[in-house]
Amino acid sequence: MAFYFVQFLTGLASAASLFLVASGLSIIFGVTRIVNFAHGAFYMLGAYVAFTLTERFSGAIGFWGGIVAAAAIVALVGVLVEMVLLRRIYHAPELFQLLATFGLTLMVEDLVVLIWGPSDLLGRRAPGFKGAVDFFGQNIPSYDLFLIGLGPLVLGLLWLLFQRTRWGVLVRAATQDRDMVAALGVNQKWLFTSVFAVGVFLAALGGALQIPRDAVHHAMDLRIIVDVFVVVVIGGLGSIIGAFVAAVLVSELNAFGILIFPKISIILVFLVMAAVLIVRPWGLFGRQEAAARRTPGLTINPWRPLTSNERLAAVAALALAAALPLIGGNYALTVGSEIAIFVIFAASLHFLMSVGGLASFGHAAYFGLGAYGVAFLAKLAGLPMILSLLLGPLLGLAGAAVFGFFAVQLSGVYFAMLTLAFAQIVWSIAFQWVAVTGGDNGILGVWPESWAASPAHFYWLSIAVAALAVAVLRIIVFSPFGFALRATRDSPLRGEAIGIDGKRIQWTAFVIAGTVAGVAGALFAYLKGSIFPDSLGISLSVDALVMVLLGGVETVSGAILGAIVYKALSIWLVSQTDLSKLVLGGIIVLIVVAFPKGIVGMLETIRQRRPPTPPKSALLTSGIETAE
Amino acid sequence: MSVAQPLLSVEGLSKSYGGVHAVRGVSFALNAGEILALIGPNGAGKSTCFDMLNGQTTPGSGRINLLGEDTTGKKPREIWRLGVGRTFQITATFPTMTVRENVQVALVSYGRRLFNLWTSTPRYARAEAGRLLELVGMGGYAERPCGELAYGDLKRLELAIALANQPKLLLMDEPTAGMAPRERIELMRLTAQIAREQGIGVLFTEHDMDVVFEHADRILVLNRGSLIAEGSPEEVRRNPQVRAIYLGEGLVYDARHREGAPT
Repeated sequence: MAFYFVQFLTGLASAASLFLVASGLSIIFGVTRIVNFAHGAFYMLGAYVAFTLTERFSGAIGFWGGIVAAAAIVALVGVLVEMVLLRRIYHAPELFQLLATFGLTLMVEDLVVLIWGPSDLLGRRAPGFKGAVDFFGQNIPSYDLFLIGLGPLVLGLLWLLFQRTRWGVLVRAATQDRDMVAALGVNQKWLFTSVFAVGVFLAALGGALQIPRDAVHHAMDLRIIVDVFVVVVIGGLGSIIGAFVAAVLVSELNAFGILIFPKISIILVFLVMAAVLIVRPWGLFGRQEAAARRTPGLTINPWRPLTSNERLAAVAALALAAALPLIGGNYALTVGSEIAIFVIFAASLHFLMSVGGLASFGHAAYFGLGAYGVAFLAKLAGLPMILSLLLGPLLGLAGAAVFGFFAVQLSGVYFAMLTLAFAQIVWSIAFQWVAVTGGDNGILGVWPESWAASPAHFYWLSIAVAALAVAVLRIIVFSPFGFALRATRDSPLRGEAIGIDGKRIQWTAFVIAGTVAGVAGALFAYLKGSIFPDSLGISLSVDALVMVLLGGVETVSGAILGAIVYKALSIWLVSQTDLSKLVLGGIIVLIVVAFPKGIVGMLETIRQRRPPTPPKSALLTSGIETAE
Repeated sequence: MSVAQPLLSVEGLSKSYGGVHAVRGVSFALNAGEILALIGPNGAGKSTCFDMLNGQTTPGSGRINLLGEDTTGKKPREIWRLGVGRTFQITATFPTMTVRENVQVALVSYGRRLFNLWTSTPRYARAEAGRLLELVGMGGYAERPCGELAYGDLKRLELAIALANQPKLLLMDEPTAGMAPRERIELMRLTAQIAREQGIGVLFTEHDMDVVFEHADRILVLNRGSLIAEGSPEEVRRNPQVRAIYLGEGLVYDARHREGAPT
């Protein structure tokens, strides 16, 4: 009994940090409507800065002062970020905001390694809380007790801040209607900046307080951000009390889940999250958001099928690509195959994002599932390559069918967070279920059969499948289903009013995209001859997002060009620099701020720069009165 | 064609939010080919009533019978399948498609081809979409991007979309809100003409009394969630209770009416 009680207390102590970070995210979202992906990065920065300060200054004052100072310093960094970057993208589609802050996260990851080195750092223990309390023979670290008290204390302080101060009133007003607050003469710029500073302070404090408990390392940002996303999805984005309750819930589920499913305790959290989402789609304490901004939605150019000339050009380009084995060596062909595979992957995400308006931040899950599917079939079941290639993607289909069902119940940032959390769950299963997946060692020796073994043959296979996948997706875009999907994206209200079951349409699209991603993964497994959990990881999901963005979200097939340019660039970049994340993050931020339409989008804009004809009303020249 | 039972009949419809009774015990019926206006001051419960009829909101109590089927608590898309077209107070169309494609999507749905992954939508039912657009006077705009239409034209397009499933009933929530005065008259005239020609029943809410009194066959007046008057425009206009609620407005209408309503 005592053991369970101690386990319960450990859970409560973990909840403190999680609550601090999640409440910061919620506060920032409430006012600025930005889901700050970089929140995990600020959490990590808080821990690193606190580590340096507490090592530098000794004694109790040095330690506690260092913790608070670290949070304040990181908050200042946050202010800088808000003023330089976020102010430029407050009116951008939410997908772009998520991506920009993700780019920031990538940059911070490399910067942290650059400054503090790649190895784990062990912090000092907290003065005054070094010992442990004995509880019926079980030890409870006294620092845990401190954290348990801290959580409710911070909750109380935040409550006072928001209920009893003028600033708090402004923030609450802005959370409800920021346009009205602006109309009342409140300086929005500084309100946003100060809110962002408070949110970042909380995240950094959460990170700084972790140093007596855990090692400081450069992957802690992604780990916490996934947990935080789960917390805010369960608690309701924008609700501080929701963040508290959900943080406790998630931490306790983790603490006890380890006892029930030692290897895959995250499953338990997932089940609870799924249950909450079914009963209350906006979280336990969340409110339904007003109609979300459309993602994407910068232009209004209707899509059209290719003309016969353009079709000829596409075939010619394909023929040209097929001629690569005549001039390229084995290395060029392997790179070519990889690019072709990523064209398939990017096209599948592009379909979901552009046509469906569903920006998945965890699309790699279905790519990886397809790859593992092939590995299982080829290695464990010993099926021939053709059969494995055909059946392997079905694992991606199954995963997309299960997760997609839950994900499409939500939209916008909730959808993005949920897909990310799902992908993380799949990743941790692949990582932890060593008996089946080989864990970190992966599954080796998945080699193509002799007919496809030579680089040239495999290259031809890859581009053939890529061409087929792109063609099929394009046909679907212009099929009735594609139109129903776009209709649901453009106006769910109108879609429903003309008999379209939007959720079912979106679910189907999710399954299609997941299956095509699985096809890419299946080829990838044969290309590499092996499969590792990385193929399900966040960075691969983000690679795909960047490819789509680079090509242009609003185009029909921009992802093809985006994938080719990005993959070639990143292969080259990795060979040139150790700081590829820093450069990549910089590129992402640059795209979002400077070229939101992507390469193909820009080309189209240039091509369509014809003298604009002002639209006139059909029967009457129209005066638009403002609707009440 | 004799109609044995009304197109739409509503009995004891109620809805409350917390302690607020938005709609209480509203009952009425609508016959084929009839144009029925639902009016009342702001907060009278018009929109709540409307949302319950088209499935956006689940009624607290009461029954709705549409075309002989109990549709209480059904989803909007199920109600649409029964033959109900609807337009919104703030237009809801698909801005990234052309005007014609907007109508084609509705036709695709009506033809139950939503899960067809193979055929080409731009070629699907082009002629029928064109015919519907001609009907509402938008024939020349078929290939325009919907996103660049003027507001009045969007309203027209919405009407074409609403007619795509060959509806027996049109539900129009403030069809002329946000339009210039001349456009309002024009649009309602068009709607009334189509409804009469095809025998479609129309239920609409409206704030503009010119529009209401000119086109409605019958008027329902809601106040604080209850039906306080029902009858022909003439009867409703004379009703002292309605006059009391619309105090200024009714008098203004009379004054304007004597000068001759703008056409």
